[in-house]
Amino acid sequence: MKLPDCKIGEIYKVKKLYAEGALRQRLVSFGIIKGVEIKYLAHTNLKSNYEIQIGKISLALRKEEAQKIEVE
Amino acid sequence: MKEHIKIALVGQPNVGKTMLINAIGKSALHVGNFSGVTVEKEEITFEYKDFIIDVVDLPGTYMLSEYSLDEKVTSNFLREEEYDIILNVVDATNLDRNLQLTSELIQLDKKMIIALNMIDEAKKENIEINSNYMSELLKIDCIKISASTKEGLDQLLATIVKTHSMKQMEPKFVFSEDMEEEIREIVQCLEEHQYPKSLSHRYIAIGLISENSEIYKQLHDKPIWIYLEPLLLKAHKHIKIHHDENAMLDIMANEYKAYIDGLLSLTIKIPKKIEELTVTQKIDKVLIHPILGIPIFLSFMWLLFQLTFEIGSIPMDYIDAFFGYLGDTLGATISNDELRSLVVDGLIGGVGAVVLFVPNIMILYVGIALLESTGYMSRVAYLLDGFFHKFGLHGQSFIPLVTGFGCSIPAYMSARILKNDRDRLLTLFIIGFMSCGARLPVYVLFVGAFFAPEMAGNVLFTIYMGGALLGLVMAKILKLTVFKGESEPFVMEMPKYRMPSVMLIWHTVKTKTWLYLKKAGTFIAVASMLVWFGSNYPKNLELTEKYEQMIVKTEDKSKKVELTNQLNEELLKQSYLGEIGQAIEPLFEPLGMDWKMAVALQTGLAAKEVVVSTLGVLYSLGDEVDEESSSLIQRLQEDIPFASAVAFIIIMMIYLPCLAATIVFAKEAGGKKYALYLFIFTSTVAYLLAFIGYHLAL
Repeated sequence: MKLPDCKIGEIYKVKKLYAEGALRQRLVSFGIIKGVEIKYLAHTNLKSNYEIQIGKISLALRKEEAQKIEVE
Repeated sequence: MKEHIKIALVGQPNVGKTMLINAIGKSALHVGNFSGVTVEKEEITFEYKDFIIDVVDLPGTYMLSEYSLDEKVTSNFLREEEYDIILNVVDATNLDRNLQLTSELIQLDKKMIIALNMIDEAKKENIEINSNYMSELLKIDCIKISASTKEGLDQLLATIVKTHSMKQMEPKFVFSEDMEEEIREIVQCLEEHQYPKSLSHRYIAIGLISENSEIYKQLHDKPIWIYLEPLLLKAHKHIKIHHDENAMLDIMANEYKAYIDGLLSLTIKIPKKIEELTVTQKIDKVLIHPILGIPIFLSFMWLLFQLTFEIGSIPMDYIDAFFGYLGDTLGATISNDELRSLVVDGLIGGVGAVVLFVPNIMILYVGIALLESTGYMSRVAYLLDGFFHKFGLHGQSFIPLVTGFGCSIPAYMSARILKNDRDRLLTLFIIGFMSCGARLPVYVLFVGAFFAPEMAGNVLFTIYMGGALLGLVMAKILKLTVFKGESEPFVMEMPKYRMPSVMLIWHTVKTKTWLYLKKAGTFIAVASMLVWFGSNYPKNLELTEKYEQMIVKTEDKSKKVELTNQLNEELLKQSYLGEIGQAIEPLFEPLGMDWKMAVALQTGLAAKEVVVSTLGVLYSLGDEVDEESSSLIQRLQEDIPFASAVAFIIIMMIYLPCLAATIVFAKEAGGKKYALYLFIFTSTVAYLLAFIGYHLAL
């Protein structure tokens, strides 16, 4: 399932990244790689942006990017 | 001769690098809790024992990649420039993320020291770090420090000197066995063909395997390439099969992660995770609440502008009185009329008008510094991204835009955090719509003159927000016409909230206020004198005599005052500045402006503060005659119709920030032609909207 379909407060495992080039580099540099656990923290009013926690850092993503992260 | 040690300071964003520099070098660099405060590499120099230590503060970067300008600055510096030691600052409370960059740095094969910063916070979180064992395992000195409590700084400096004098140790970073095997083969190939060792062979091998484009560029047109290529193809195939993964980027990240996890399992003890909300998460429950978040942000901004006006106006009377007193006292000691007028009307009048607004500016700077150093700024970027995105902007455009409320120059430079060129250019073009601190004096002056005191804060807020909204609309128009295309992804760290350090905020505000005052004392002083000269010369003795005879003849006192004012008006009109003003007056007539306002606007192209001093000089001539209009505010109220004032404010909001900012803009945008585009763009918009505003207010 894609990140925007997840439930707030739950922890998920990253399954696949559908991103290339700069975006993939960016995600990987924050530690988003296959197998790591991320926690879905919050979204903005219109669900245009999402906040996730990976390790100890909070990361903000736009909907387009969040959709490129498949979790299970 | 003291020996120099050159240090490259590297770390991920928000690890407290700049704060560390402040603590050890006692310099006054700007520090912020946001990704991308250090936009250009900064250098400081200080003495320690028998050494002169140069520290180059490189922009924070998560990995040594080539995607953003900041990252490029850092990787290029590390790869190509001369330096003695890498000082890698890491956040001791978040080691597994921070050591990712460390692992990449180790591959550079340079002398290195790791500063485990924020050790005080780590202690509070009950994280135990065995730094000695870590040093031993990595063969790199790991020093526990805290830039905020100054703990461990002496030891760090001592280690720098020790490391400098010692031979470099072979780094102890090991990849997985299959990766090491491929590295060995490539290194062997490089040795066999005696490839030059300006970069270590191991580094080149790792660079090739990890698909580093810079390393490829160096090698792919060399003869050795024909031997390397088949080796590499085989290596990639092996590694990919072994890792069951196709992206080399992920494989490398996995390799680093495996090593770091191993290292950390031996050297640190982290208390068992308790599923409890951290302080930051608790605050975020409120501040980035889906519904309340934006209203809360807007109220903070409203409060800031209210404070700017309300508190800022308290010391104003005293400053005003001080310069009045200074003018009177100094004026009394100068017997030469011309010279006295130059000093009192030109110099003191002009500079005084600018200094008057120091309190307002300080409050605004405190506000922006707070926003930056607490970590709230990135929350706002997160909250606003959805909205900004609709206008073709990026959530992170918010940082340069808010910085623009302080000064456009750092704002233009901080736009570098945007990686996509189109997004960056677009942001650069609308930064000017965020009214900078130097425009504040003009607004305060006009708002004070034309609006009721209880409305002033609200009007000021409206001006600033109106400018910002207009900027958004303009962004949309530009995005649809000039800057069409894909937008940049939004992936941003939201750092922990930190208590702002009073000392650091004071540092920032002091530095900026001092710059403002310095400008007032130099640039503005010269400009004021020029304006004074332009408005006093050429003298017209005939005219003066004619009026003076008329004044002597009349008995009526009010008639005398009227005649004197008429004389001053006539004299001003035939002065150099008056001539220029009248020449451009037709252009500004549709906006309801007289030539004095037109001239003030022109001088504003040099710097916005000059507008106030120009008005001060132009409207203060003849002051001593008419006791009733003592202050500039009152003169403006009498001479300028409300609608013209509105048009004036609108132009102030939109047109070019200042000469210095325009130069920086051209540099950041990538060419002089952009400065011309900006001039045409802003002037046209300013003129059209001022025209509309004037007719609405009539």
